[in-house]
Amino acid sequence: MGIETLLQQVVSGLATGGIYASLALALVMIYQATEIVNFAQGEMAMFSTYLAWSMLNAGAPYWLAFLATIVLAFVGGLLIERIVIRPVEGKPILTLVIVCIGLLVILNSLAGWMFSYVIQPFPSPFPRTPFRIGKIVFGQHDLGVIAVTLVLLCLLYVFFRYTTLGLAMRAAAQNPVSSRLCGIRVGSMLGLGWGLAALVGSVAGMLVAPVIFLEPNMMGGILIYAFAGATLGGITSPFGAVVGGFLVGVIENLAGTYIPFIGTELKLTVALLIIVGVLLIRPSGLFGHAIVRRV
Amino acid sequence: MGSVRGIRWWGIGALLAVALLLPFPLSGFRLFQFTQVCVYAMVLLGLNLLTGYNGQISLGHGAFYALGAYTTAIMVDRWGVAYGWTIPVAGLMCFVVGFLFGIPALRLEGLHLALATFALALAVPQILKYFDSWTGGSQGIVLSKPKAPWGLPLSRDQWLYYLALSVLLLLFVLTWNLLRSRPGRAIVAIRDNPIAARAMGIDTALYKSLTFGVSACYTGVAGSLGGLAVAFVAPDSFNVFLSITFLVGIVIGGLASVPGAIFGALFIQFVPNYAQEISKAAPWAIYGVFLIAFMYVMPDGVAGFLRRVTRRLGGRSGPVHPAASVTPRGGQHVQA
Amino acid sequence: MTAILEVEDLHVAYGETRVLHGIGFTVETRGITTILGANGAGKTTALRAVCGMVPPRGRVQLDGRRIDGKASEDIARLGIAHVPEGRGTFVGFTVEENLRLGAYMRRDRTAVSQDMERVYGYFPVLGQRRRQAAGTLSGGEQQMLALGRALMLRPRLLLLDEPSLGLAPLVVQEFFRIVRAINQREGVSVLLVEQNAALALGLADRAYLLETGRVVLAGPASEIRKDDAVRRAYLGY
Repeated sequence: MGIETLLQQVVSGLATGGIYASLALALVMIYQATEIVNFAQGEMAMFSTYLAWSMLNAGAPYWLAFLATIVLAFVGGLLIERIVIRPVEGKPILTLVIVCIGLLVILNSLAGWMFSYVIQPFPSPFPRTPFRIGKIVFGQHDLGVIAVTLVLLCLLYVFFRYTTLGLAMRAAAQNPVSSRLCGIRVGSMLGLGWGLAALVGSVAGMLVAPVIFLEPNMMGGILIYAFAGATLGGITSPFGAVVGGFLVGVIENLAGTYIPFIGTELKLTVALLIIVGVLLIRPSGLFGHAIVRRV
Repeated sequence: MGSVRGIRWWGIGALLAVALLLPFPLSGFRLFQFTQVCVYAMVLLGLNLLTGYNGQISLGHGAFYALGAYTTAIMVDRWGVAYGWTIPVAGLMCFVVGFLFGIPALRLEGLHLALATFALALAVPQILKYFDSWTGGSQGIVLSKPKAPWGLPLSRDQWLYYLALSVLLLLFVLTWNLLRSRPGRAIVAIRDNPIAARAMGIDTALYKSLTFGVSACYTGVAGSLGGLAVAFVAPDSFNVFLSITFLVGIVIGGLASVPGAIFGALFIQFVPNYAQEISKAAPWAIYGVFLIAFMYVMPDGVAGFLRRVTRRLGGRSGPVHPAASVTPRGGQHVQA
Repeated sequence: MTAILEVEDLHVAYGETRVLHGIGFTVETRGITTILGANGAGKTTALRAVCGMVPPRGRVQLDGRRIDGKASEDIARLGIAHVPEGRGTFVGFTVEENLRLGAYMRRDRTAVSQDMERVYGYFPVLGQRRRQAAGTLSGGEQQMLALGRALMLRPRLLLLDEPSLGLAPLVVQEFFRIVRAINQREGVSVLLVEQNAALALGLADRAYLLETGRVVLAGPASEIRKDDAVRRAYLGY
């Protein structure tokens, strides 16, 4: 159990952490825009992955299916915001929570009905042969996941910080009233936000399916880890959500490897302990700020 | 004004009459379902007290339900205690645990509290399986349904139903009185404006923890009765989905509404079955559609909807505590 | 000279409470109109009704076209820039980002950069702080920023909601000087809502006085300013 194992587990943890980070980012994006916690985020990702799977089964090459899926996911997210969420925008938070729960349940059930509950394999675009640096062995899928996640996150960062549309979306999330005065169609911005979140989720789904296998309930545990990551990093901070997601992945992996009684059974407890621990010690997370309430 | 009051009392009377007479035409499974409705209504009363009236979101009440159920199961099965005594013990235990849980929860607002209670709910099945010497592990504990006492000519199902109904009515009356009293108003004041409440001298920390305790107590009592009704407790029945179901119940029924508990309980008990009748292949999809449709048509829940309807029919007659949104929105939209 | 903004018979209610009871006012093209009145008279509501933040009943016409009932983002796209009460700056964003947001609708990138420099010309302080978060600016600086953002829209009509509120007198004077400059140099019409009647009358051509949602006085600002009896009775000075 030397330094090699540690590095291997850290890289492995970063790979799963990348998935959590992506999903956590999707959660935070929607939360910042609408103060809704989208409980259905995981199921949306799962459903997108099933669409990819269907295309692959029909003979499409991987990268084509990948691209088509992320486009479909984007459109799907946009439509969900427009059709399902918009009628209840502005209603009490718990009403929206119930709508998201309804969405979760519908997507889960539809997936089971359309694609069956049988666990399916899902291909990885990365080669199976391990990658060696000296004595240390890394899985290429893991490295690929880290690379893709980082590229995706960088693209999003550039989009939000340096493009006019990204600026408008951020503005619409933070101050819809003033945004309207600048001619920004806030409703459309929200739709775009949901679309992007769904896109990010679909990438996460397609990257994690090769590891945990495709089935309708596959994203449940992942969503919880994503929540843990978002909580750790701070639900008000996109950067924090990403860092939090990676950290949770690494902590989960290291805890599973080095702490004896945490097998697969109690692994989820690690996520829960993180959530509860962070909330008790520092509710706004590592990078978040306290939510300001007007008196 | 008088006409709305009148409608209300007639409604309550009719409902009560129906409730009392139910066990005679119904029996077996159907009656059991209505016993469960009573049990769920107790939970929803408690959860509504915490979330609807006091503004603390809990996604973890399944844990208290489980605690109540297991308290009864362990006391009856392992220690041979008569089931009747286990019900108040379950309630008391849950009150204490709930109160203690309420203390760290004071530091958490809205979303953070929801996440913490969500984590609690997730942990329940694992914790139950872990302490298997107490809980019987994954296999759970089997109970027997109690017989009607004092030689009453009731079947076990009928007795359980009346027991649950009486406890529910008792809790209804207690809650109604609580909300009209000073502590009750303090609880609502804390929800609406905690800073102002504190400025008025209300010990918000104490009240919030007490409300948590009372809410947990109701749920524990319900869990106890629920366990007896099902005659079986096992860890997987108390998963996070149970807690989410309770949340669905109070929102559908109507936040900050005492009668909402009944509507919510009826919904969570019967709509899943109804959904299954509509579609065997994807019943939960139908359920999800129902959830969303309900929120479109009645965003304030059934109780809120009825309130609006009766107001239009009978002129002005405000409810005791108008429902307000639980977490005031716009927390982030601070303008310069 | 035609009016750029004509409002007739405007009624606004917040739920059950009626705030405006059929008021009317105009803004001449390239002119400055001010609406005066005490707190609660309904001045801010009138402004909000014009830019679509509250649903109006009545006629609101921009250059002869009805705009009542349109959403505020559409009204902004027609060339009305609103500087709201409380400034409405995007606090988490830098000064420069705030200005860029004002130019969101525009496609002419070089002109946008030129306009930004022009805004920095009007408000040198903003130029110095262009990369600072707007929330760290003082009240006066945020008011300048809000006006600057409005100018980035290249509006035809500028709506100013109580700009003097909470600002030091010197800052307010400077602000109004700049508004006059913008009106004269760039021909932007202005609808100004103010509690500080003296300042507003010094700037405006036309003035209206609102009292509990009704117009009680209307006319050229110069006349109202000269009329001592009116001033003392209605405007308190």
